[in-house]
Amino acid sequence: MQYKNKWIVACGFALFSFAAWADSPVNKVPVLPAYKAECSACHLAYPVGMLPAPAWKNTMGGLQKHYGTDASLDAATVMQIGKWLEANAGTYKRVSEVPPENRISKSAWFIRKHDEVSPSVFKRASVGGAGNCVACHGGAAEGNFNEHQIRIPK
Amino acid sequence: MQSIRKRIFLTRFVGSVLAAVCIAAPAYATTPAEQLAVFAAQSGQPPQISKGQAFFNNKHGAEWSCASCHTSNPKGEGKHAKTEKRISPLAPAFNPDRFTDSAKTEKWFRRNCNDVVARECSASEKADVLAWLISLKS
Repeated sequence: MQYKNKWIVACGFALFSFAAWADSPVNKVPVLPAYKAECSACHLAYPVGMLPAPAWKNTMGGLQKHYGTDASLDAATVMQIGKWLEANAGTYKRVSEVPPENRISKSAWFIRKHDEVSPSVFKRASVGGAGNCVACHGGAAEGNFNEHQIRIPK
Repeated sequence: MQSIRKRIFLTRFVGSVLAAVCIAAPAYATTPAEQLAVFAAQSGQPPQISKGQAFFNNKHGAEWSCASCHTSNPKGEGKHAKTEKRISPLAPAFNPDRFTDSAKTEKWFRRNCNDVVARECSASEKADVLAWLISLKS
């Protein structure tokens, strides 16, 4: 009974998040629940459109050595998430190039957008590196990167 | 007559879909105690709480220990050593979701043991750690 209740809550939550995503300004694509569940266990489920398909393919092909940690998944889940990422990857010009190490934060457009932020800011403990979008972009998890809503922590 | 049939069909259809969703998903549902029993049976020896605590807090030749992310007090929240992401408490008494899905338990032991000990953990190591985590009460 306890499990059924949990699942009803989980199903409701899934539907609610689906609706929330549909309204988000950056990502028009509803996020794959498995992508969100697996990837956001450790970090923000980065917007799928911020990397081109080959970069996502590289990432999903190397989960056992994922930026210094083992993020391996069972083959079926790798296949499911990989397919979704490649199908919904960024196709517009600025994300057409595979960035170094397949990192969004090493993309030319990312560096240009953050050129007024000094490297020491990214190194602050309160910021936690360029991969921790949510430190400054409070709505990042919902796909909101509006530059008028940036708050850089001290 | 037809509308009754229709209703019966609809009820059955919706019912079976709901049942499928709610039965299929918790296929791995289990409890911390059950998982501990499985690891202990696999290892063939009784779990040792103090060994589990030491294993958890010590480094094993690599950069991290379990405590690097989960802290040495897993009654409370931890923080991912690399991404800074908040990690909910690991001790089941402080987080009822922990160790209730055996596939999830195996996934994280596989990954994290690889990061911490550079290999898979043995059944007795898993049993010791889980026994210690279960022993943590308020």
